[in-house]
Amino acid sequence: MRRLGSTRLGLLLVLSWATAAGAGSITVKGSDTMVGLCQRWAQAFRAQHPGVRLQITGGGSGTGLAALVEGATDVAMVSRPVAPSELEALRRRTGVAPVVVEVALDGVTFFVHPSNPLRALTPAQLGAAFGGRVARWSELGGPEARIILYTREATSGTFEFVRDHLLDGDDFSPMAQPLPGTGAVVSAVSRERHGVGFGGAAFTKGVVPLRIRLGDDEVSPTPETIRSGRYPFSRALTFVLAGPARGETKLFLDWVLSGQGQAHVGAAGFFPLR
Amino acid sequence: MTPMRELLEPATSRSATPPALAAQRRAARVDLAVEIAVTAAGVAGVVLLGLVIVFVVRGALPLALDPQQRAQVSLDALLLPQPGRAGAALLWSPTARVPRVSLWPLLAGTLKVAGVALAVAAPLGVAAALFTSEFAPGRVRTWVKPAIELLAGIPSVLLGSFALLTLATALQSAFGFDFRLNALVAGLALALAVVPLIFTLTDDALRAVPPAYREAALALGATRWETAFHVVLPAAAPGVLGALVLGVGRAVGETMIVLMASGNAAMVSANLAEPTRTVAATIAAELGDVVMGSTHASLLFLLGAALFGFTLTLNVTAGAWVRRRLARQAGGTP
Amino acid sequence: MRPAWRFRRARLFEGLAAAAAAALVVALMVVLVDVLRGAGALSWRFFVEAPGATATEGGIFPAIFGTVALTLVMTVLVMPLGVGAAVYLHEYASPAARLPGLVRAAVHHLARLPSLVYGLFGLGFFVHTVGRAVDGVTGQALRWGQPGLLWAACTLAVLTLPTVIVATEEALRSVPHEVRLASLALGATRAQMLGQVVLPAAAPGILTAAVLAISRGAGEVAPVLLTGVASWLPDLPDGLSSQFMHLGFHAHVLATQSPDVDAARAPLAGTAAALLTLTFLLNLVAAALRARLASSAGAR
Repeated sequence: MRRLGSTRLGLLLVLSWATAAGAGSITVKGSDTMVGLCQRWAQAFRAQHPGVRLQITGGGSGTGLAALVEGATDVAMVSRPVAPSELEALRRRTGVAPVVVEVALDGVTFFVHPSNPLRALTPAQLGAAFGGRVARWSELGGPEARIILYTREATSGTFEFVRDHLLDGDDFSPMAQPLPGTGAVVSAVSRERHGVGFGGAAFTKGVVPLRIRLGDDEVSPTPETIRSGRYPFSRALTFVLAGPARGETKLFLDWVLSGQGQAHVGAAGFFPLR
Repeated sequence: MTPMRELLEPATSRSATPPALAAQRRAARVDLAVEIAVTAAGVAGVVLLGLVIVFVVRGALPLALDPQQRAQVSLDALLLPQPGRAGAALLWSPTARVPRVSLWPLLAGTLKVAGVALAVAAPLGVAAALFTSEFAPGRVRTWVKPAIELLAGIPSVLLGSFALLTLATALQSAFGFDFRLNALVAGLALALAVVPLIFTLTDDALRAVPPAYREAALALGATRWETAFHVVLPAAAPGVLGALVLGVGRAVGETMIVLMASGNAAMVSANLAEPTRTVAATIAAELGDVVMGSTHASLLFLLGAALFGFTLTLNVTAGAWVRRRLARQAGGTP
Repeated sequence: MRPAWRFRRARLFEGLAAAAAAALVVALMVVLVDVLRGAGALSWRFFVEAPGATATEGGIFPAIFGTVALTLVMTVLVMPLGVGAAVYLHEYASPAARLPGLVRAAVHHLARLPSLVYGLFGLGFFVHTVGRAVDGVTGQALRWGQPGLLWAACTLAVLTLPTVIVATEEALRSVPHEVRLASLALGATRAQMLGQVVLPAAAPGILTAAVLAISRGAGEVAPVLLTGVASWLPDLPDGLSSQFMHLGFHAHVLATQSPDVDAARAPLAGTAAALLTLTFLLNLVAAALRARLASSAGAR
């Protein structure tokens, strides 16, 4: 009899939990580059608004936009320019004009293993390496070894950004190994003597960021060069919403753009808007 | 049901203990309900297999039926070299500006990784099973067999992280591979998942061979090794084959280990020291990132259906072979 | 053939076989030690705290909770179905009928499908067909029609169904036939015989089936990858339609996506330890239960 009672109680508990409504929650999905930044924001924001649940998942900018089209997320994190066709798909789905908000700045950084003597390359050299037209470091003035390329999975905004800015219409070499996030690329290059990869400026532990050689000039990704656009691979990190922000989402968005929110951008390795 | 009750009705009125009869009737109803319920549970197994087939294949069907997807992906694009900048090539990059959807890089990658895994796992697993079943002293056996079976319970994601973080570095520094992550690393890690499977089932098969076989061979002067290899192993062949077939299925379908350790570059090459991308890893890496109903999603379901079809065919074929072999054995030994 | 050579060869091959077994045990031990390396640096708080801003900060409590909740729901779903099917096969089906053969064949093939295929099935059937239909009927905006705890649990339930059926049948087989005859002779109906005699006698074996299913289900990542896992979710899931964190997936994220491999070592080892507790230790429990079952059957 007592066993029956506890079973019933358990069932009741499970049922009440199972059917609880997911009120006051915001889902954010998209760019893996931005996941770390958003998690920092979410942590600080939750401390001030304990009632709001935030759910953050990566997968890539393309994934985030796809989820937004399907209605499976409130906010898409996108680390590349949003194509007009994507905005059109959103508009068709929801009937409202989608909203794109810049939330931080980033410079796509190329990095090599510390043992590699190269410290600067031209965009053309990088393009030749990632397009597979140059296979050995010696052809770029480096050691006599094969270039081991690391890229990102094809749905990542960083992947598309680099393809559009570096490869001039080509595709990446089929030898390039796609990885699921900037962190993965950094950790792979930090353990691969002849590796080269790219990602957000956020992480460079165990790898050496390359300067970009433009004529006689060499530009590092710094806050100044990125904000001024002198660093050639500067980009805005954006939130895309299906329509004007409402409710908790608006609360979160306004907070992110406020001084309080922007104060966390640096800690994540990116650059605040102002 | 109704005529039955009418027949029983007079009996009830005459009976001295109607409540007992009512209880009996209730018990009969419960009995029937239980039988229906458990039969339904059994049928559910069949229905679920059917649903799995239907829904995996359904995901790929738009490739054949939807005019838009048919225009994007032709049979030629899937199977023949496509002209590219550097001549005709077999490439898998479904999200490129000009999407390339050749299946060969993925099939070649799967073959490479599974091949390495089985080349290591099959001899190792069978040899270890011969040891525990035929040669090991009883005490050793009672420890080794459960130990290997328990270790088979290590989740594959942990085998993958071992391969990614430790094995890859060790192999690169030992052999000086250009690529840290490659088909060999993934294949060896995969072998760790496959060996316990082959070992356990082979051991079961060897143990099932009647002791009289061994006694007869030993009495004729055969060594323990000759007995094991020439008498017991052939007698257990159907079971051993079953073990190997299960190993092949696991090696081809395993996802996380390969996703983490193979480097995932989709290229056709026979070099085991180069990165490679398998069918399963492609599905896992890309399906989370596509819109359901898109051409890309249909392609990934097509890969899933291929994986499914391969496993099913393999099992059906092997099952038929084992049944034939068993029938022959039964007929051959009066 | 010269006898001396024959015996030497026999010794050599026996030695090789022993070496193979030893290599296998050693290799798997190395893996175990390697994935747990660094766990000593963790405090117990790692297991009860939510994750911090990055995967390498904070704890893994939501992942533990998510994995436990997932396997619990899975068990609730799979046990009645699996035990029912096993009872049908072992207690009701007549060997001559076609249906039981069909059921056995289906279970045989289900058991051999790659786990990833279940993920595809779960996504196509549970999430996009059943889930969307539920949303359509209840008139809700997307809630059940996206990956979530319930669908992941359903997917794992299908995946572990063969395990439960096979292990339960084994348990039923261990109940002596005379027990059934005796209870029927005393006037019990079939349902009474099952409910009051056979199933209680087979209970340890059925428990083993549940434990095996849990240890299998908790370790699978590929099927839940597509049906409900989230990489960062410091809040616990607030219902069956929520996404959830998962120990196996968390280990995957830590191993593949941390920019700083050294910083990820300890949390990875802690996550592996928690995951192994759910899979490996439960396997041990199952083995012990089985051993007890075997010895008690022997005693009878």
